[in-house]
Amino acid sequence: MAWATLALASFGSAAQAAPGPWQLNMQRGASTWSPVPYHLNNISLGVCVVIGVLVFGAMFIAMFRFRKSRGAVAEKWSHNTTLEIVWTTIPVIILIVLAYLATGGLTSWADTTGSQMTVKVTGYQWKWRYDYISYLGKPVDKVGFMSKLDSLSDQTRQLGSGMDPYAVKVGAENTYLLNVDKPLVVPVDTKIRFLITGGDVIHSWWVPALGWKLDAIPGIVNVAWTNITTPGTYRGQCAELCGQDHGFMPIVVVAKSKADFAKWLAGQEAKSAAPAAAPAAASTAAAPQTAQIAVAPATGKQG
Amino acid sequence: MSHAATHDQHDDHHGAPKGFFQRWCMSTNHKDIGTLYLIFALTMFFIGGSFAMVIRAELFKPGLQLVQPYFFNEMTTLHALVMIFGAIMPAFVGLGNWMIPLMIGAPDMALPRMNNLSFWILPFAFVLLLSTLFLPGGGPAGGWTMYPPLALQSGSLAYVVFAIHLMGISSIMGAINIIATILNMRAPGMDLLKMPVFVWSWLITAFLLIAVMPVLAGAVTMLLTDKYFGTNFFNPGGGGDPVLYQHIFWFFGHPEVYIMILPAFGIISEVIPTFARKPIFGYKAMVFAIASIAFLSFIVWAHHMFAVGLPLGADIFFMYATMLIAVPTGVKVFNWVSTMWGGSMTFETPMLFAIAFVILFTIGGFSGLMLALVPADFQYQDSYFVVAHFHYVLVTGALFAIISATYYWLPKWTGQMYSEFWGKVHFWNSVVWVNVLFFPMHFLGLAGMPRRIPDYNVAFANFNMISSIGGFLFGASQLIFLGVLIHCVFFSKKKAAERAWEGAKGLEWTVPSPAPHHTFDVPPIIHDEELAHGNVNA
Repeated sequence: MAWATLALASFGSAAQAAPGPWQLNMQRGASTWSPVPYHLNNISLGVCVVIGVLVFGAMFIAMFRFRKSRGAVAEKWSHNTTLEIVWTTIPVIILIVLAYLATGGLTSWADTTGSQMTVKVTGYQWKWRYDYISYLGKPVDKVGFMSKLDSLSDQTRQLGSGMDPYAVKVGAENTYLLNVDKPLVVPVDTKIRFLITGGDVIHSWWVPALGWKLDAIPGIVNVAWTNITTPGTYRGQCAELCGQDHGFMPIVVVAKSKADFAKWLAGQEAKSAAPAAAPAAASTAAAPQTAQIAVAPATGKQG
Repeated sequence: MSHAATHDQHDDHHGAPKGFFQRWCMSTNHKDIGTLYLIFALTMFFIGGSFAMVIRAELFKPGLQLVQPYFFNEMTTLHALVMIFGAIMPAFVGLGNWMIPLMIGAPDMALPRMNNLSFWILPFAFVLLLSTLFLPGGGPAGGWTMYPPLALQSGSLAYVVFAIHLMGISSIMGAINIIATILNMRAPGMDLLKMPVFVWSWLITAFLLIAVMPVLAGAVTMLLTDKYFGTNFFNPGGGGDPVLYQHIFWFFGHPEVYIMILPAFGIISEVIPTFARKPIFGYKAMVFAIASIAFLSFIVWAHHMFAVGLPLGADIFFMYATMLIAVPTGVKVFNWVSTMWGGSMTFETPMLFAIAFVILFTIGGFSGLMLALVPADFQYQDSYFVVAHFHYVLVTGALFAIISATYYWLPKWTGQMYSEFWGKVHFWNSVVWVNVLFFPMHFLGLAGMPRRIPDYNVAFANFNMISSIGGFLFGASQLIFLGVLIHCVFFSKKKAAERAWEGAKGLEWTVPSPAPHHTFDVPPIIHDEELAHGNVNA
């Protein structure tokens, strides 16, 4: 049973909350689109393995058969037009097939129309900010928060902390450097549009279970979409070098059923509308303008 | 006949200059300048390698044990800058300097004094670059790609930009020299389509250098003015765009990686025919493939930017153009294998490294093809999958070709044979450990590990530890190479023949070993059958 689990995890077929030890392959992911990169990866890998076996096989045969020590006498030919045409044409055909598959996958990714929800993601040195813009056609009222590395991971990762990364867990799952204090909560079975931008330098928002990453660039609002099929907790990391704590600003997406999400959202809206208006107002007023000057030295402190 | 022409070379009127300063600092001799480049490149290789050792040591286990994150970023940044601009590129220039005049029957490079300046700029540029490690704010830590706005946060930006300008000037002058030499100074009868493939590869690479080094200079100058002189090229608050930098940088950057591999292709096309005792398969196709790869290299740059948020049409165009490069590259691989097929092979050290190149560079090419597919690249970009790809093509690709070339031409340079036993020890250690080092990185990237991070979740621990062990042992194996070189130059008793390798063809094998300080003062008489490609249509 353990071996089967290991094998399955190694070959990455299911959706995974977080990476597994000895994992050999990309995960299939938990969204409607995430199988696209997974399949493209597997198909192109298969093509490469076949070509590799043929080419390297020919080399090894040649190294055995045509060695001088075995008495081989060198031929003098240096052309074979038929062969040259064949091994130019076949690769072109293979490429056309791969290009066709990839183009389809790309055009489906690029179509963000028909979204039922919009979330704004802003990258900072060294944390993320999530703002809920709209859900099911209605604007969301003042639900937004910063999301940073959880404090146990943060303490453990300090140089010379003496603490054990293997001890940073949520239940049985090790979440060292992959957990945050306030995750992004979203509903399943909903086309969610992400507006992604940066507040200081370029970051990149990557959750492998969703199947894509997209850069968070100051001055630009990038857009992507996802539709998560399975409830769960999905973990990712910043994927563009952004300074000293680039490795310490993870992403956690918690996907809930639509009913659970609606309840959660209502609770968040109630909290932000509550009489403690000054802190709430301050936190949304701090929601950054995207055209921030970028030349200033690092403003973020760690954690 | 040929003997009359070569007789003068045994009678070396001038010889090398007597004083150390005169010979090595004021050189106008392509052989000595080639030697200077090669020694410089080897030194920088060990320096860049030591930065890699720091990286792999920190990544040996999860948790931070050795260095602070900022210093780790300095290491990754400088590792790349040193290896690319200090090791690989100067090594190819050194090989070009040594061999191009010999291969075309020219007495020296077209512009010998400029040649010397081109070299001597480099030690100064790298002292400047490496000195930033000792500045209060530390060295550059924004990656060798220097993306703004992050790169603008570095206090050592001006030093780095100045160092890059110096390196660029050196490369541009070197490229001009190579083109002028190849186009103007071939011996009569050395037609372009009879030249060795290595010479062709350098001719084409030189055009790439002239085209793109100024673009890099522009990009880094714009960084400098954005930081210090109030411009807003990359500052959205002032009407600029960070992505503009990426376009400019990668317009340089993609041809740059071909600059780092085309001469390698040329080397392999010299080594394999020699040890297979068979002419290169499809000489003209090999030349045209190099030219097509060079042309295509100008129209694929945005494949480094697929996660930036490019318009759909751009993604599609750059995906198709990138995939196209697989065709001429595949032709080259098939031609190398076809050169081996039907030959009479022996497996001396240069041939071992060349064969390893063909296999392992092809693996790097496979991961490159996978990276070209945009939807898949959304998962690969900025992960260890990319790190695996480019280390396969650069280490088992460019570096192995340079090592192969060194073993191949060392007898010509020194007049002595290196120790074949220790060369093979170097080879087998290198080829095993380099795979232990880089192959697991494919898995790490597929599992979701980003690049340029000093610490990681425990799920990534196993492959990181394996990779680090491979790294330490691969690094240590290069000390064997150093030993082989020192022994060959100073201690070897085995004299090398003029034609050091039985199957070797070409003009460089018609001069004595070691090659005299001045060769081909009188142009050689070219006999087509003595050239590797004298009978192109045969």
